[in-house]
Parts: sequence; structure tokens; C-alpha cells
Amino acid sequence: MSQSLVGSRYELHIAREGAAESKTAHDYLAVYPGDLDEAGEEDIVGYVHSYEVGSTVDGPGIRFVGFLTGCLLRCKFCHNPDTWHKRNGHPVPVSRAMRQIGKYAKVLKVSGGGITLSGGEPMVQRAFAMEIFRRCKQLGLHTCMETAGRLGERFSDEDLQLIDLEILDIKGGDPATFEQVCGHPLQPTLDFARRLAALGRPAWIRFVLVPGLTDGHDNVEKLADIAAGLKNVERVEILRFHQMGRDKWHKLGLEYELEKIEPPAAELTERVRSQFRSRGLTVY
Amino acid sequence: MSANPKSSNERRDDAWRGFAPGAWQTRVNLRDFIQRNYKPYEGDGKFLQGATERTKRMWETLQPLLEKEREKGVLDVSQVPSGILAHAPGYIDKPNEIIVGLQTDAPLKRAIMPFGGWRVVAASLESYGYKPDPALGEIFTKYRKTHNDGVFDAYTPEIRRARSSGVVTGLPDAYGRGRIVGDYRRVALYGVDFLLADKAREKAELDERHSTEEVIRLREELAEQIRSLKELKEMGKRYGFDLSAPARDAREAVQWTYFGYLAAIKQQNGAAMSAGRLSTFWDIYFERDIREGKLTELQAQEIIDDLVIKWRIVRFLRAPEYNQLFSGDPVWVTEVVGGQGEDGRTLVTKTAFRMLHTLYNLGPAPEPNLTVFWSTQLPEGFKRYAIKASIDTSSIQYESDDLMRPKWGDDCAIACCVSAMRIGKQMQFFGARVNLPKTLLYALNGGRDEITGEQVGPMLAPITGDVLKYDEVMSRFEPMMDWLAKTYVNALNVIHFMHDKYCYEAIEMALHDRDILRTMACGIAGLSHAADSLSAIKHAKVKPVRDERGLMVDFKVEGEYPCYGNNDDQADDIAKLLVSRMMEKIRAYPTYRNAVHTQSVLTITSNVVYGKATGNTPDGRKKGEAFAPGANPSNGRDSHGALAALMSVAKIPYDDAEDGISLTLSVVPTALGSEADRITRGTKALDAYFGSGGFHVNINVLNRETLQDAMKHPEKYPQLTIRVSGYAVNFVKLTKEQQQDVINRTFHGAI
Repeated sequence: MSQSLVGSRYELHIAREGAAESKTAHDYLAVYPGDLDEAGEEDIVGYVHSYEVGSTVDGPGIRFVGFLTGCLLRCKFCHNPDTWHKRNGHPVPVSRAMRQIGKYAKVLKVSGGGITLSGGEPMVQRAFAMEIFRRCKQLGLHTCMETAGRLGERFSDEDLQLIDLEILDIKGGDPATFEQVCGHPLQPTLDFARRLAALGRPAWIRFVLVPGLTDGHDNVEKLADIAAGLKNVERVEILRFHQMGRDKWHKLGLEYELEKIEPPAAELTERVRSQFRSRGLTVY
Repeated sequence: MSANPKSSNERRDDAWRGFAPGAWQTRVNLRDFIQRNYKPYEGDGKFLQGATERTKRMWETLQPLLEKEREKGVLDVSQVPSGILAHAPGYIDKPNEIIVGLQTDAPLKRAIMPFGGWRVVAASLESYGYKPDPALGEIFTKYRKTHNDGVFDAYTPEIRRARSSGVVTGLPDAYGRGRIVGDYRRVALYGVDFLLADKAREKAELDERHSTEEVIRLREELAEQIRSLKELKEMGKRYGFDLSAPARDAREAVQWTYFGYLAAIKQQNGAAMSAGRLSTFWDIYFERDIREGKLTELQAQEIIDDLVIKWRIVRFLRAPEYNQLFSGDPVWVTEVVGGQGEDGRTLVTKTAFRMLHTLYNLGPAPEPNLTVFWSTQLPEGFKRYAIKASIDTSSIQYESDDLMRPKWGDDCAIACCVSAMRIGKQMQFFGARVNLPKTLLYALNGGRDEITGEQVGPMLAPITGDVLKYDEVMSRFEPMMDWLAKTYVNALNVIHFMHDKYCYEAIEMALHDRDILRTMACGIAGLSHAADSLSAIKHAKVKPVRDERGLMVDFKVEGEYPCYGNNDDQADDIAKLLVSRMMEKIRAYPTYRNAVHTQSVLTITSNVVYGKATGNTPDGRKKGEAFAPGANPSNGRDSHGALAALMSVAKIPYDDAEDGISLTLSVVPTALGSEADRITRGTKALDAYFGSGGFHVNINVLNRETLQDAMKHPEKYPQLTIRVSGYAVNFVKLTKEQQQDVINRTFHGAI
């Protein structure tokens, strides 16, 4: 098992199959259509960057966090660019992943925690993700997906009933800023968020605060309005930008636009928090 | 005291007023007394009171002295050989002290204890700029033999070689073995006269026994114990207390108990001088005084605070090498709080809270070594209070009540860090530890030392191939471990024979039953490196690099292999196998006084020194690099998060490591999530770990200064995971620049 799931989220993983396709930065920034293909029926194989047991910030209680590979957003502040391509991950069949998760089932339950699928973008691997969630529910585990919501339409209402918590990363409420950050329109994410609200599925909203990029007063105001209009949102988490991902961009030979950006100052962070707080939202 | 039996009976009746009667009244039986009288407390910490002005002043009085001590290393020394009555009473601020008693006649003045060995005393004095008294030097080299001299008279050349190469290390052959927990509560509950009568009975029972060596030794020891008890009584008298009868109220109970402990630390400079498990016992007195309207909560806390001040200034004069081995100047005044009783009631009382509360009233401190016995069944209020104190002060260690209770009962305490023993009914022969990775290198090199080239172990055929084969390595490792176990137990038998003979712990043993369980507490260091090395040999390709002497001095590893600490049985099973196999081999050799063989996987700090003495190992650890402490995974080899590492450690079988398994975990406050969730997550994490069979965990919640230290000394901070904005990093793996960034983020502005 460890042979195929070695390494951790902290380390760069690109020297796997498919790596040859990403020789240049231009190629690396591309999205491969093949990554969106669904796997077969029996013992679905997923692509996994790494996993970590013991996380306490990716959902309630103690979490088993699986970082799946594959993402179609190219966020400028991404701190895990080595997870963009599905085939940079290790191929892992559901049965093997479940054996690994099963080792911790008791502990996760005692802690009031469960499993979180993150990434990359777990929605890229819908079939694999849903099979993991389905089996985790059978084990009585709390399930959580951390997603940007872009591919929300791939998930049926029935699928969403199996996910106890969605951690929805939203880059901002201003469509232009949103698109500038990740190269995709805001609307699909909004649609997904509203659908979750209509279904009454619990959600946390995560907002990465990057000075000079996402910190615009208007961008935050609009996102706060959106969040306040969603009755299923339990909390809003403000993630302060950091430079921990910079090395990965360098190692991948990518141009990193946020080279000189400093983490947000305490005053800025407080301003943003209060923008959310003033709408009665619980802010972390 | 009075010679009139009636009046002493009256004093006893008064002291025991309101207590539920039982077997404890006629024979020494602390557990019976506690079980019949204590009041479990299931609430939270809201009742607690802060430090009084008096307490604050007392603590402040000591600050300039402590400051000066930090500068000089040692504040002052008395060259009067220490003993229970060696020094006149000492005080910090006599009129304002609630609990009195110092080791010498002044605070922080250290005493010499030459019975363990004169050379160590002389070296310690010289290293701090004191000239050893020549008259004493003559006495302890010419007229009075010491423990250290005795040991070296009986060591074999084989033991000496193993000792100086560092394959057997840290042996208590030149310092006091410690790790004995006297039942100091007996002084308070019974008074010394009762205990003297009991010892006289125990001794009289031997009168009819034939004088074999064993019986003679026991008679002599009991005579020593009785002498010490009399000295204890005299010491109390000099401080103005009559210890002949039992303590009559809470303040006396704490004072009497402390006098028992004080006598012990005046008599012995042990490697660890634990206090025991006192809070539940004392709580019975606190409850009675409060019931009788004689004591307020503020006063109760003040008594505990004043006691803890005394514990914090316990000092021994020790050699610099000793301080290097143990990183600093630790005493291990270990005090156990919490735990559940055998009948299912919690042993948590309000005084358990009061004890932890000293960390707020007096500020964080490494001593006393506050140890919480964790059970998933502990009351929620106490769990939360302990975790909060951990997060705020990093000054608490946790051990599994659920693992210890079935083995050692619900009246056991901890000697040093992780060694459990029934109080007053059990002691251990402390055995330091052997170096497992070095032993593996001996197996590869035919018993020759990888650094000096000297033949230390048995001359087995060295391994000659270009690639190490697991089965072949194990076929050499097994006999090398056999040799190690034999040499090790040989050395320990010599040491403890001589310690009993020349440096007997009379007052500590006077506060034990006569017939006790003794354990021979062996230990291993470097478990993770030995396990990972064998895993590399088994699962990857390890090519040895030999030098001109033909010794393997380095290793080239091709391919990946599972490492211990990732909850992967392929590697964890090797660690388990090593622990069980070593224990099996140790058990093959009979021990002094028929002690029961036990073993620990424990190093808190000495792993640095052991690593220094060890060459390159096949797991990629470089020559001289520190070992991972205790049962920790190797630094940076656990790549799937703290919980996976915890689960690996929890697999080490306690049955084959009954002297304890230690784990050091470092976290920063934000690693436990947003502030509102921290306490809940902390309690759940401990429930999860201990519920899975974990034995011990030392939790350091780091501050800015420690993180800066971690930048300079990564080896000291295993599993240091930092979490910022949803991104976890292993701190020691980051570049300097990133580390600085993390420090800035974690302690600047982040809310």
C-alpha cells in the first residue's frame, strides 16, 4: 500500500506516468480532456496525490483527507499545482483506498470526524469519489468534499445526499475577479451553491484572501451577500494567503504571478472578516 | 510526642475524625483508605481560585535566585554530605511559608551525595568552579567505598567494552538509580510511630528465619529503614512539627507528605525522584476541612501552590555529562492526576484540578512533571480542563490509564516518565537502555564497532555480499541481540547489587512494604531506525559501502520501502518484532533479587547522545545524527499525518514493554483548528489515540521561541506539524525562509 501511496501532500509529485506530457509550462497549464473521462464500473480506479490522517481543519472532528488529482481551474494562488493533472496521481482502486480508510474508521468515529476528499478537484473523479463516499457512509463515517463547485452539475441530488458537508471554495463574489483568479466563470459555482441550499445540504464557504487579487471591497461584499443568502452555510472560513506553494510553481517551471505578494495584514483580515460577520455569518 | 499510649490514641482518633473506617486503620493500606473516603468530582474548573498575593510574593522572591542560577549553572553548594539530618532547616521566607522544608539550609543550594561515587561529585563541583573538600575526598576514596567503586570492581571486561562503545549506555553506575516512588502519603495518614511499629513487626517476622544472605540483607535493610524513619521524625521536629502522629488537617497532610518526600531527596540523588499520586489522597483532607468550615477554596489552592513552589526548586548537583544525557537538569518530580478506579468511579477530585491549576497560578514549568492518567471514561470536565492547560502551557504528559489499571491497579504512580508501579508495593532497578541500531551494525560487521573498529561484540562472520539480504542479516542480528541481552543484564545485576549495598534508599524503601515486586527495567533506544533499516533491507535494495578496514560504514539504498510510523504493517511489524524479540532475549537471563524483567521504549532527550555514538545506518540516518526519541517514528519518515504515526506507535505491545512506551508530539495551537474547537479536538484526539492502545504522549504546544529553536535544531522536534490556512506542513522539512514565514504567520496577526 505504502508503495503506491508514498509521499505526502507536502511533496511535489509529478514524476509519475503522464509526466512526459507536461514538459513545458504551457503544456502544464493545459487541461487534458481525457482527465474528465469516467472510469469503469468494477472497482473504480481513482488517482490520488496523497492522503493524510489526523487533519483537524478539513471538516468536523479528526479527518482522513484524500487529495485527489485533476483540476480544471488554474488558480493563481494554488498551493498544490502538482495536483492539477489527474495522471500525476497514483492509481488506487476503491477497494484499496477503503482498506486504508477502514484502518481508521473507529478512531475517526470516536473523534466525531470522518473522511474529506480534497484535491485537486474531487469533482473531476466523480465516480471514484462517490463510491468512496457511499462506502464510507456504510461505515458510519461523516463525509465531506472540498470543492470549487465548478463541476457541480455532474453530481445528482442523490449523490449530494451522501455528502454530509460541502466545503465550497469561492474565489469571490465579483464575476470578473473570479474569472481573473481561476480562469472560469462564477456562475456554475453559484448554481451549485444554490442547489445545495435548496437541498438543505450543510456547507462551509472558504475564501482565500490574497492581497491585490481577491481583497477588493466589492468582491468581498458580493461574496458575503451570496453567503448570507444561503441558509445552509454553517460557517465562512477566511484563509489567509501564504507562500508555501511558491516552490512548487518554481519546480514545475511555471510562471508564478504572486511572487511578491505578502500574506494579508491583520487589519485587512479583520476588515474582511467583519464584512462577513456584519451579515450574521459565523466567521473563522 | 508523648509516651502515653492513651494520648497518642487520642491524637490518632482526632486526626482520623469523620473518616470511613476500614482495613486501613489496622494495617498500612492507602488504597483502602482512599477508596472508602474520597469524593469523585465530575464538574469543571469553574470553582478554581487564582494565586493569592502571598503566593505571588513567594514565587517572586525566588525569581532573582533562579535568574542567578540560570547564569551560573548552580547557585550555591553545600559540601556537607547530604542526609536527612545533614542540614539545618531552610526557608524561602519563613513567616510566610505554608509548606516548609528545603534540601539544605537555603533555597537552591545544592548538596553533595558521595555514596553514589566520589569522582562524579568531585567532577560536578569542579565543573561549576568549586574546589572539592580534600578531607571528603580522602574519606570517600580511602575509608568509605562508594556504589561506583563497587560496580567497577565487579564489571567484566566485556561489559566495560560495551559500555564505552556506546552499545549499552546511560547506565546508573556512577549516579543514583532513582525511579523509586516512596509512599509518602503513609507519613500523613499514619504518622511515623505507626510506621515504625509496622517496620518492627516486619523485622521481627524475620527473626526465626535462617540467616541466609537474602535474610541478612533484608534485616540490615529494615534496620536502615527504621533508622531513617527516626531521622524523618527528628527532621520534622527541627521544623517544628511532630510527625509521630497522623496529620490532623489538610495543611498538615500536605506538609507531612512533603516531609516524607523531602527526606528522600535529602538522602538520594536519584535519576528521577517522583512524588507519586497524591491529589486524590489529599483531597479527602481538603474536603473534610471545607466541610468543617475550616478551609476556603482560596486557602486550599494556596496550600497546593506553596507545595508546588517547593517541588519546583528541588535541585541536585550533577555532572555536566549527566546534564548532556538528560538535556538540562531534570528531577522528574512526577505527580499523577486523574485516572479511573477499578470500581468504575473516577479518581478525579477537585484537588486534581487544583494541581493542574498551579500551571496558571505559577506559570508553566517542566517540574513537577504533571502526568494525567487518561481514560476515555474520564469526566468530560476534567478532560477539557487538562487539554486547555496543555494548549496553554505544554506542561502535561498523558498516559493510558486503561492500559495500566489492569496490570498495576488503580493506586499506581509513575516513576520518571512512563514507568508504572504500585505505590509502596513495587520498585524498579533502573536499567537505562541499549542501542539497537548500533547492535544491528555490529551484526553486519561481525561484532566490530563501526566507528572504532574494535571487537566489542562476539566475533561472528561478517556479511560479505554486495546487497544485504534480510534473512542473512536477521541470522546475524539474532545472536548479536542475544549477546547484547546477556551483557546488559550482567551489567544491571552488578549495578543494582552494589547500589543496594553502598547507596541504599533507606527512607524511600521505609515507605514501602517489606515484600515488594522488583522489576529489572531494561530499555531500548533507536527503535525506529532499526526498524526502518530492516525494512529497507527487506523491501528495497541496500548496498553496503565498506572502508579499508572492511567495515560497513555507509549504505546505498535503491528503491522505496515502507517506514515505521505510517500505520503500515509491513514496517510496523518489524518494530513490533524487535521489541518482542529483545524482551524475549532479556528474559532469558536471571536477575538480581529475582526482579521481573521489563523493558521501556523510552528516551525523551538522551536519543541525541545515543545517535552521536552511532555510525551511518541503512535507513539513511547519517553518522552522529540524533535518534528519534522513544517510540517515535524517525523524523520526517511519517508521511501520512499525526494520526497514522500515533496508530503505528500504538501497535507496540505493552506486554513486552511494561516499563513504558513514550511518544513525543509537537503541535502548534492552530494545528488543532480554530480556537473554538481546539479543546474539543484535543480531547477527541486523545480519546482516539488511547482508545487504539496508545500508551503515552508528551504534547508540546509550541510557542514562537520553540519554533525558532526548531529551525536551529530540527532533530529535537519530531512530527512538528504546522497548520496554516488549511495547509499542513512538516516544519523541519521547510526551507529556512519558509520556516520564518510560518513563524511569522503563526504568531503574528493570525487570530
